[in-house]
Amino acid sequence: MEDVLDVRDLRMRYGKTDVLNGVSFAARRGEVLALLGPNGAGKTTTIEILEGFRIRSAGQVSVLGADPAHGGEAWRARTGVVLQSWRDHAKWQVRELLTHLGRYYAPYSTASVARPWDVDDLLETVGLTPHARKRVRNLSGGQRRRLDVAIGIVGRPEVLFLDEPTAGFDPEARRDFHEVVRRLADREEATILLTTHDLDEAERLADRILILAQGTIIADGSAVELARAMSGQSEVRWSRGGQRFARAADDATAFVRELFRQYGESVEDLEVRRASLEDTYLALVRQAEHGVPRGLTAVAA
Amino acid sequence: MNPALVAARAGLSRGWIEFRQTLTTPGDLIAILIPAGGFLAAMIWTRHTHVPGTHFSLGTTMLVSVLGLNVVIYGVVTIGDLLIVEREDGTLLRAKAIPNGMLGYLLGKIVNISAQIAFAVTITLLTGAFLFTGLAIRSPGSWLTLAWVLVLGLLATLPLGAVLGSLFPSQRSAGPWWLLLLTGLAAISGIFYPITHLPVFLQWTGQAFPPYWLGLGMRSALLPHAMEAVEVGHSWRHLTTFGVLSAWAVAGLVLAPAVLRRMARRESGSTVAARREKAMRGT
Repeated sequence: MEDVLDVRDLRMRYGKTDVLNGVSFAARRGEVLALLGPNGAGKTTTIEILEGFRIRSAGQVSVLGADPAHGGEAWRARTGVVLQSWRDHAKWQVRELLTHLGRYYAPYSTASVARPWDVDDLLETVGLTPHARKRVRNLSGGQRRRLDVAIGIVGRPEVLFLDEPTAGFDPEARRDFHEVVRRLADREEATILLTTHDLDEAERLADRILILAQGTIIADGSAVELARAMSGQSEVRWSRGGQRFARAADDATAFVRELFRQYGESVEDLEVRRASLEDTYLALVRQAEHGVPRGLTAVAA
Repeated sequence: MNPALVAARAGLSRGWIEFRQTLTTPGDLIAILIPAGGFLAAMIWTRHTHVPGTHFSLGTTMLVSVLGLNVVIYGVVTIGDLLIVEREDGTLLRAKAIPNGMLGYLLGKIVNISAQIAFAVTITLLTGAFLFTGLAIRSPGSWLTLAWVLVLGLLATLPLGAVLGSLFPSQRSAGPWWLLLLTGLAAISGIFYPITHLPVFLQWTGQAFPPYWLGLGMRSALLPHAMEAVEVGHSWRHLTTFGVLSAWAVAGLVLAPAVLRRMARRESGSTVAARREKAMRGT
């Protein structure tokens, strides 16, 4: 089956600065991809190129089989973008706004995808039913973000883009949001690309995690795969004679055996910890930033 | 069904919804009523003053000319300012993210602004009809002239406002320019005093822009024929009015799509976020 997203050797240059130098990845139907990376790594640039809001410098990009730079309105109707609202449409009522924005999608209904999403059903899905008649400006921050999601999916998109969707969410809103995204991917088979700083969120939500650093993808795989590939790097902590020690070890078992052989019973408080996604992420980014050869780009590729 | 047609219909209802919101939002309503009230006060003040060389009330002449000025205020400044604000707050980006959204958005603006103009013209005319004498509002010809001047005036100003709105980077930077543009043009457009009493070069400058012609058109519609005598060339100059306003309309309509497209192309989530941060910092 053809990939919904297909990015090959994507490059972006602003003036003399290369923000992206050769980004490649692909996504299948119904897959949720999380794009992780330090600030300035090019996450937003990447997602905006895929949304068709930014023109790339070089490389090939295909979203739903079309180049986003020349997508056209029919292509646009099959994509969804979750934007962070600020003051826009402040005077509109929630239901009124969703009904209005949904109208544009009606001509793009197909036998398999009925567009737009039924407004009552959509309100229920994002948990805004009790606030349907409220003006947008009277919504709380969390409710407003749910509305952003609702606007992004009102056209029943086949591919959905979210740039840091849960920034500023409280834990409850975050959990509800995760539910909506998972449901969208599982039930509607939407392909979802989101950027986030929240590793926990990436781990919970994404089928695959892409780590972007220094303008290129330095890791591509599920959270488990990434951790396993880095599992050589376990952390061993112990104390001896009241003093605490911590070492990163490639082979933790061998390290501990050696530790006991040397110090025997004076070793206390032993702890061996496998790398978490956070450790994996930090190690990978550190490697990329210090030019250490990358060992993980081929994971699950 | 044709997607563009669907979007156009959505745009019409969008304009109507926005207009209704304007009427039900106290702040917006006040923004319409205060200038209208200010003009009305100026008219009442000059009610018993005569237009030089006649026995006709200057206040009545001003009332009619202000109808034309209204078209310029809403058609250029209000729409331009709305475009700036809604570009800043991300409304435009939302329109860009949905199919044919920009078409619907722009049509919505046109409907909303036209309705606001109709509203402002109606309340000015209604109060004027009660307070002032000498309005020629009984003949069908008056209304016909009023109608074509209004429509042509909208065509001449709305695209122009959209172009100007696309060019300013932010509302903050645009504010003083709008004021300068408006007061400057109003001063030399014969709205508040006959243009023939200005120095010749200012007369020519005033006649290069739409406000003068909108005012003249309104006067030709709603003032007695005898008042032709105080105008340039002692004539209502319908043909020239039509020509000048059409020229501005054509120029605007040719320029606007390209300028609007250029502005829309630059919009993305990060540009809106950058403006939001800037606004939050208050710089």
